[in-house]
Amino acid sequence: MIDLTVNIPGLELKNPIMPASGCFGFGKEYAQLYDLSQLGAIMIKATTVETRLGNPTPRVAETSSGMLNAIGLQNPGLQGVFDNELPWLDQFDVPIIANVAGTTTEDYVEVAREISKAPNVHALEINISCPNVKKGGITFGTDPAVARELTRAVKDVSSVPVYIKLSPNVTDIVSIAKAVEEGGADGITMINTLLGMRLDPKTGRPVIANITGGLSGPAIKPVALRMVYEVSKQTRLPIIGMGGVTNVDDVIDFLSAGASAVAVGTANFVNPFVCPEIIGKLPERLHELGFDSVQELIGRSHRL
Amino acid sequence: MIRQEKMKVVAQHSIARNIFELTVEGSLVDEMAEPGQFVHIRVADSFEPLLRRPISIASINKEKKQFTMIYRAEGRGTQILADKRARDEIDVLGPLGHGFSVEEAEKKAFLIGGGIGVPPLYELAKQLKSRGIETVHILGFESKEAIFYEDKFKALGDTHIATVDGSHGTEGFVTHILNGLPTDFDTYYSCGPTAMLEAVQWAYPQKRGFLSYEQRMGCGIGACFACVCRTTKSETDYIKVCSDGPVFPAGVVIA
Repeated sequence: MIDLTVNIPGLELKNPIMPASGCFGFGKEYAQLYDLSQLGAIMIKATTVETRLGNPTPRVAETSSGMLNAIGLQNPGLQGVFDNELPWLDQFDVPIIANVAGTTTEDYVEVAREISKAPNVHALEINISCPNVKKGGITFGTDPAVARELTRAVKDVSSVPVYIKLSPNVTDIVSIAKAVEEGGADGITMINTLLGMRLDPKTGRPVIANITGGLSGPAIKPVALRMVYEVSKQTRLPIIGMGGVTNVDDVIDFLSAGASAVAVGTANFVNPFVCPEIIGKLPERLHELGFDSVQELIGRSHRL
Repeated sequence: MIRQEKMKVVAQHSIARNIFELTVEGSLVDEMAEPGQFVHIRVADSFEPLLRRPISIASINKEKKQFTMIYRAEGRGTQILADKRARDEIDVLGPLGHGFSVEEAEKKAFLIGGGIGVPPLYELAKQLKSRGIETVHILGFESKEAIFYEDKFKALGDTHIATVDGSHGTEGFVTHILNGLPTDFDTYYSCGPTAMLEAVQWAYPQKRGFLSYEQRMGCGIGACFACVCRTTKSETDYIKVCSDGPVFPAGVVIA
């Protein structure tokens, strides 16, 4: 019997696989397709204090082995998520990781304080790395001192463990990771999307209305893997790794690089059943590789 | 219910310039209900291209468990799709979205289509005819070479063709034909470029109408918020074209 369980702050995961925030809405669409209780956890779409309508369209553009998006954190706001989305998700036996976004420290603090009171929210993911909103977001994620202070402020008010979602759009991601560790973070989720753009060859104009967007998908996996490796080497915080995961071997890679759990993002759009499929294949793949548990695999690249 | 299935290609034909008619078979057809729904196709089991391609359903044959799509081979994805041959398999997710309400038409309906927006109107015309509704088809294309299904529509009812370059039928847009037709219909259905949908809506403010919108999509099931449009209901109201639509009553969507 292969042991898929992972225990990290706030999260007793039956398996290490979860859909990434922004790629799974609040679960309703995928619940038409399979039982969400199969998932290790669900990272729900970013929640802000007020309702946000997001960016103009087009909001997505396909690129080589990837896609750009600039949705702009569209969400029904704290009240809507708390009153409607979270109670609906309570029918499933799955811990929720609530993604918290904002433009000021006060925004983050308010959403973190309130949303962490929901009974099925087991951890927070603080989104200091959204590249698609004009104010806030990524600005909190690119300066170590600012990231540390925000982490501290959110930690002070949260009823559940706090994971900080790191941006890859920095010169030295380890310095940001160390700063949020000092700020009292319980864990790290990484990476968010890489800032990019695509032009229409006929007109020369950007395809995405927001001009730039966040790059995701298989194209970014090597970058994500390298960053998870570096951060896991230099901090003690547990990591939920993500970036271009599409199959069970990608999951093996992220665990080996030092992630304790793995989130699947863009691949949900390509194959909506990708999460349960990976969960189904994981025991056999671990067995083939000579492991009895997910735990044994975590960080093995550092031990070689 | 939405399903994912490896469906078998029955036939593929080039029916106009860059336009292909692809028929596939599988039990997913059992789930197809309304005309105007679409499927999301993964053209290759690779990362190139990565995303699925939304393609409308042109006709459904429940008995044979087959359905037909008509699409324009324009980008990388649809060009790969155009290379599929009989007995190949394709990965289909569907049926997706909400289509045209056939119950709304009473006696006579106008079906107004432009270019690659024409295909879903064919299944709609078949279903309306089987309910005893008289259908009039007003179809616009770029040129003579781009026209498809003219005879098939003619077999179901009165059919008018417009071409932008005047190489067949009326020169200009569908609106040029509409201007000369009596307005003795009760319901209109339309699918095509956004500018055409707007023009049709303006032409018949008093009539009951249903419009099928197009928007760049990601997931196709409502999760990614890529294909969002605002509505006339309020400043904050919005719809997702893929899962709330693609068909909406006239006067709702701000495209």
